[in-house]
Amino acid sequence: MVIPFSYTAKNLMARKLTTALTAGGMALVVFVFATVLMLQEGLKKTLVDTGSPDNVVVTRRSSGTEVQSGIDRAQAAVVESQPEIAYGPDGRVQASKEMVVLITLQKRDSDKPSNVIIRGLAAQGRELRPQVRILEGRMFRPGSSEIIAGRSIAERFRGAGVGEQLRFGMRDWVVVGTFDANKSGFDSEIWGDVDQLMQAFRRPVFSSLILKLSDSAQFANLKLRLESDPRLTVEAKRESVFYAEQSEVLANFIGYLGLTLSVIFSIGATIGAMITMYASVASRTAEIGTLRALGFRSSGILAVFLLEALLLGLIGGSIGLILASFMQFLTISTMNWQSFAELAFSFTLNPAIVAESLGFALLMGLVGGFLPAVRASRLSIVDALRAA
Amino acid sequence: MPSPCDFERPQAAGTFRGLWETSMYFLKLILRNALRHKLRTGLTMLGIFVAIVAFGLLRTVVESWFAGAENASSTRLITRNAISLVFPLPITYAERIRRVDGVGRVSHANWFGGVYVSERNFFPQFAVEAGTYFPLYPEYRIAPENMKAFLLDRKGCVVGRKLALQHGFKVGDVVPLRGTIFPGTWEFVVRAIYDGADAKTDTSQFFFHWDYLNETLKKTIPRRANTVGVYIVGIDQPSRAASVSSAIDQMFRNSLAETLTETEKAFQLGFVAMTEAIVAAIQVVSFLVIFIIMAVMANTMAMTARERLSEYATMKALGFGPVRLMALIFGESLAIAFAGAAAGIAATFPVADWFAAKMGTLFPVFGVSRDTVIMQLAAALLVGTVAALFPGLRAARLRIVDGLRNIG
Repeated sequence: MVIPFSYTAKNLMARKLTTALTAGGMALVVFVFATVLMLQEGLKKTLVDTGSPDNVVVTRRSSGTEVQSGIDRAQAAVVESQPEIAYGPDGRVQASKEMVVLITLQKRDSDKPSNVIIRGLAAQGRELRPQVRILEGRMFRPGSSEIIAGRSIAERFRGAGVGEQLRFGMRDWVVVGTFDANKSGFDSEIWGDVDQLMQAFRRPVFSSLILKLSDSAQFANLKLRLESDPRLTVEAKRESVFYAEQSEVLANFIGYLGLTLSVIFSIGATIGAMITMYASVASRTAEIGTLRALGFRSSGILAVFLLEALLLGLIGGSIGLILASFMQFLTISTMNWQSFAELAFSFTLNPAIVAESLGFALLMGLVGGFLPAVRASRLSIVDALRAA
Repeated sequence: MPSPCDFERPQAAGTFRGLWETSMYFLKLILRNALRHKLRTGLTMLGIFVAIVAFGLLRTVVESWFAGAENASSTRLITRNAISLVFPLPITYAERIRRVDGVGRVSHANWFGGVYVSERNFFPQFAVEAGTYFPLYPEYRIAPENMKAFLLDRKGCVVGRKLALQHGFKVGDVVPLRGTIFPGTWEFVVRAIYDGADAKTDTSQFFFHWDYLNETLKKTIPRRANTVGVYIVGIDQPSRAASVSSAIDQMFRNSLAETLTETEKAFQLGFVAMTEAIVAAIQVVSFLVIFIIMAVMANTMAMTARERLSEYATMKALGFGPVRLMALIFGESLAIAFAGAAAGIAATFPVADWFAAKMGTLFPVFGVSRDTVIMQLAAALLVGTVAALFPGLRAARLRIVDGLRNIG
């Protein structure tokens, strides 16, 4: 004989305040757990989507970031002439010599300063990043003091919207457009003509070269030749790998912090579930005795209480997930420690996170409910009935 | 009409002794009640313990984030390139800044950004003009003979006590750094280890001679020689910070390298502001943990009160007033909350020490402050009070007949 499911459900309904408090505690834990996972996913999406596996980033050896790198014109010319690089429809080599620096801009709402990446591109630069499209306005004209701003920069920084002006390098720069880079890291950049920007910042060297491979499998050859060429002091990385490394520290930090918090919080919530389930067992001792006397087996009793705890976890987990899903409307911006530049990313929910969070909630319920359920199933019929 | 509670007051009612005995009796009752369900009370206390430790640790993380700004001196200004920190300033500015009225000492520093063995071992490194830099930072204590040895050795370096302990650096050791901003492998000889003037001083930094960097750059990358990252400007009176700052910036307006001068505190807060999203998240989470434990504690008290409804009715029938019943419930709740919190606060210190040791130089200053302990106590008070609120009100409003009818 199996005890019907409705018995379990009605038990939870009987003590509304206790059920609500326990499930509420679990919901908060699942909320934190899911939010951290969503943040990690959002960061990963932002940085992994920034790079394409067909593109190669060439920087000065051991510089780590584009901002710290420097490649002079002679070296850039050598890099540009490698045979593995693809040619565009116009017959030009698909390589962009770029300059990347940080400028300090003030936020629109709080006036607080933050470092923003400004990138000078060669004419081919945009073709190498097909995910970028102009949202408003137009592309900058080469040879002019025009710039375009990424979506999240245009929204949040003073003077970065279309038609506004920014002053740096002793010039006024007109923002003629904003672009969307499909939530990648380029959304947090400002783009302009590389020759104009190098002139303005008085920098005689490029920061990096972005190359497109004609065949993705040729990467190893190219890397070997570039890095062993005695004329060059560069290193080459696939763009996707390069950007993943850029956020390693930040991703690790969020990961460790999230893991620590989830563990600590889940201890609290599991204790809550345990208290509730012990109380549930204690107040129903007579009921358990009656059920046993009617012929229900102790394994059935165990199942009922475990099911009740799991149901409690499921309710808490679902509420937590619903709360967490609202976080998708938020965008987080912080300084990436490795590049020292502002990076905006959002919370991203995917089916794997939903499954993990619900699994986590069920686990908390199971762990919290196990000992009380064992106690319930071990009650002897006579003692239990006497307790009434 | 005699007071309903007279039965629990022995003969000496109204005297100090009577009051003492009454309250002792009351406390005993609270303690007995709290220990009635040993398992439940134990679990609740464990939950509060974990929450208070987590709360204390998170608050300490937030505080240490601001530590750099807290320790900034009001008599130091930082002058940097107006575009951003990535752009250097010419060394020739030093003499011109020194001539500004109100300026005392001027020193300069470059962020080196080298890697010691692996990226994991991050610590801040600065190339500084030693003769002027250390007098501006009296909180870095260096033995005079070591300081002399450092000044005499162009390849020498000074490391902080915390950094030295982490990597086992001793005076005379050679420390190789792989340059990221300045290419090549650079070797330095440890000539001195500095201590902090107090526990709040950052002793995880690494200093070496700017001259060594500059002379090397003159040979390898001449266009980058004779530049500095920031000027540190000592001023005579903190009240003149604003006027001196604007005088310096005015002097370099419309030059190739315009400057931005601000107090050291503002400069440090600028860094904090860039990562404020993370600080804000940690702050939110530190309050969430209190909410979670509040739910657990409230649950415990609600269950306790529900089980004892008939008991409360009996006590009311015996003459206990609603205030006294509420005091009993609040007392029990607060006793559990504070017992858990006391253990939690005591454990916060060793846990924070362990965390600081694990994190190494990532958090240069990491210690549990008095404010944190006060906030932990406040959190325990809040949790205990909120948890007792509903059960207390319920017991106070309970009609004796309903309560006696209740079978728990």
